[in-house]
Amino acid sequence: MFIKHSTIETKPLLLLVLIIITISIGGLVEIVPLYTVETTIERVEGVRPYTPLEQAGRNIYVREGCYLCHSQMIRPFRDEVERYGHYSLAAESMYDHPFQWGSKRTGPDLARVGGKYSNDWHVAHMINPRALVPESIMPGYPFLMRELAADDMRAHLETLRMIGVPYSDDMVENAAADLAAQADPDGDHDSLLARYPKAVVGDFDGDPSRLSEMDALLAYLQMLGTLVDFADANPANLTQ
Amino acid sequence: MPTKVETDSVTGTETTGHEWDGIKELNTPLPRWWLIVFWITVIWSVAYFILYPSWPGWDGVWNYTARKDVAARLEAVQAERAEWLDKLAVASLDEIEQEPDLLEFAIAGGRAAFADNCAPCHGTGGAGGPGYPNLLDDDWLWGGTVEAIGTTLRHGIRWAQDEETRISDMPRFGVDELLTADQIGDVAEYVLSLSHGATDRTAADRGQTIYAENCAVCHGPNGGGNAELGAPQLNDAIWLYGGGKENLVTTISRSRRGVMPAWGGRLDPVTIKQLAIYVHSLGGGE
Repeated sequence: MFIKHSTIETKPLLLLVLIIITISIGGLVEIVPLYTVETTIERVEGVRPYTPLEQAGRNIYVREGCYLCHSQMIRPFRDEVERYGHYSLAAESMYDHPFQWGSKRTGPDLARVGGKYSNDWHVAHMINPRALVPESIMPGYPFLMRELAADDMRAHLETLRMIGVPYSDDMVENAAADLAAQADPDGDHDSLLARYPKAVVGDFDGDPSRLSEMDALLAYLQMLGTLVDFADANPANLTQ
Repeated sequence: MPTKVETDSVTGTETTGHEWDGIKELNTPLPRWWLIVFWITVIWSVAYFILYPSWPGWDGVWNYTARKDVAARLEAVQAERAEWLDKLAVASLDEIEQEPDLLEFAIAGGRAAFADNCAPCHGTGGAGGPGYPNLLDDDWLWGGTVEAIGTTLRHGIRWAQDEETRISDMPRFGVDELLTADQIGDVAEYVLSLSHGATDRTAADRGQTIYAENCAVCHGPNGGGNAELGAPQLNDAIWLYGGGKENLVTTISRSRRGVMPAWGGRLDPVTIKQLAIYVHSLGGGE
């Protein structure tokens, strides 16, 4: 051997240099691919930041630990694609902080649950899942019917903007108004939809007189996976 | 540094020959099976690195991507089913019914799609529940022919995002103060009497006029219903939201306006056809 074990162990400077080289190799293997992570996000139309109400619902989703049983990632396997729809794209979760990927599922994947069930169904199911699906083991969340505390949505949007979510000044400015309008059947939906296309509007929880946590959570669930139109998508034009 | 290899008297193992302040180290060899596995993993990782896209810019010798792989698998299974799916796509209901294999194929496909998409509301077996119609009987809100079931599936019911969705909005007779609470009670008694469920004959008689003026135009003079308007039949003792007077009063006061999602954009046309045939075959198809 060129450098003997005994030589390395007795020459601290040589030992240091060799340690640095070894750690650098390990580090580069882990770090270099991260520099190309931007290139893994597909250029697709339609993905937008969450509306204030969706973001509030998303916060509830995270708070209640929905991700412990439900993933939001349809993997590119035949069985998953046939059951849940088109496999998830990186672009679809590019504004997620934190993302809700995963492959451990106790309940079904929710990446494309938007529009799959009616609002009434979701409300009844959240309050008592067994009322609709007798074999379900999901816990009930009846307390979500309480008032939504979200007077800080403007700050939420600003914080998200700080870490790269492209909320415009207009969106931040109207955070409180958009929050109220989305679940109000008589709200100003035109300007909301201009800012956030494809947002689902209207009363969600069956009580239009107030804004509940259920409203927020359903606004979020009902848009999941609906932003990208896959009607004419194929692997070739989902370039990264 | 001394490099004198000795044999340890206690274990019988050789030492490494190093000695630090009188401390010597045993040179216990790794088990052979462990070494073999170790070298296999090393070889495996090198091969993996070369064959698969392991580094930015390197596509791997096999040029593998999970997306190409799933596309090929879907294509393969599609090709396998193509013979039947193509036949099913163009066949009329009569033709399907005359060909037992094709009918079986359609029902099997419909059953699988039903379990994935419909069972959460209509129940695993299609028996429904409060607010979600039973699909096993012959009581249809919007018609029970394969075509009508297919239309309901494609466009949904009161599904705002679909422009051709089925809409029928029964007035909120109580909330919008079209009828008084007493009148609603009377008309509920009358509706119950249509299926011989009334408890208060005089109230039902009072309700008859109210029914004729407010309800008969959609639900028919004798409560026969009208599938074209989505107006439920009221004289068959089948109740979507429960049959007691209390439930009827709630329905008349507030109007239920149940919602079914549109599946047109979500499921492909042949799957919807399979679903329609499956639901039609459950027992009550017209």
